[in-house]
Amino acid sequence: MHELSLAMSLVDLAAGCAREAAGAGTGGGRVEAVHVRIGALTGVDGDALRFAFDAASDGTPLAGARLVVEHVPVAVFCGGCGAERTLDEPFRLRCPVCGAPAARVVRGREIELAALEVSEIVSAHR
Amino acid sequence: MSPRIVEVRRNVLAKNDALAARLRRTFAAAGTCVISLVASPGAGKTALLAETLRSLRSRRRAAAVVGDLATENDAARLRESGAPVRQITTGTVCHLDAEMVGRALEGWDLASLDCLFIENVGNLVCPAAYDLGEDVRAVLLSVTEGEDKPLKYPVIFNGADLAVITKTDLIGPAGYDEALARRYLDAVRPGLEVLRVSAKTGEGMPAWLARVEAALVQKRTAGLRA
Repeated sequence: MHELSLAMSLVDLAAGCAREAAGAGTGGGRVEAVHVRIGALTGVDGDALRFAFDAASDGTPLAGARLVVEHVPVAVFCGGCGAERTLDEPFRLRCPVCGAPAARVVRGREIELAALEVSEIVSAHR
Repeated sequence: MSPRIVEVRRNVLAKNDALAARLRRTFAAAGTCVISLVASPGAGKTALLAETLRSLRSRRRAAAVVGDLATENDAARLRESGAPVRQITTGTVCHLDAEMVGRALEGWDLASLDCLFIENVGNLVCPAAYDLGEDVRAVLLSVTEGEDKPLKYPVIFNGADLAVITKTDLIGPAGYDEALARRYLDAVRPGLEVLRVSAKTGEGMPAWLARVEAALVQKRTAGLRA
């Protein structure tokens, strides 16, 4: 449900980054794709986010861009083992090796704009 | 020509997080302890909050903001406690965000408040992602909802500081297995602090109020040290 709010924030952020990239001379063309990283603990559904992104980007410079979602599994730091562990089942926050409660979530909470794919400027302006 | 990849690595909720951080600084400067309540619709957020505001009235200056899609009903109900209350109506939005809370607080002298409660929109999914600058996020689960809410909506329970089992007066009639609910809570968030209350009979209210008081004292002490 909140994927639409997230998609609107994402479109704002990505459009801003595309403008910055254009200003810095590292982009400036059309945004072909938007890459995001979504942690398993965020409760964000990839398909719903893609659907919302298409709606939210309509009429913006990002219209027509693909949304590429990378799912980030949950990783915790286990104090008992002194090691980082990736969880197969994201919502049982215990070390999969020793069973101790996970001291700290290292990854899996991110909702991150990772990268933009920008097409080269076709008509050079210099 | 092939597209060029521009690395960004920016948090999509950066704007909300920045606004929440600003709220947190404002609350810290004012010494106001902020406790948010999240739960599904009908879990008893408003009933617990109404009892809390009423109990605190004689000794603490407490206020509340309450979010719903529509109506001022909850604010009207909470104002019967005599505490200042503001309603946020979100329209279609299924959660509160830091900007809405900041707007609702405009013109309030926070320094005159010991404690501010934020009652989120009834929803166990969407509020999880949005930091509101609170000190304590309490998630409520009522006995009438069944024991397995934590397993069905793990994200919200995982991100909470405290769980409160509500409507404990209905444990018998609902055939509720409290031990099972606690096992499920512990599964999604090992070590999570769990309280139990009935706003109707008052059972568990002293422990809840003591928890509120502890958060309040901790905030005050941190403010004095800062």
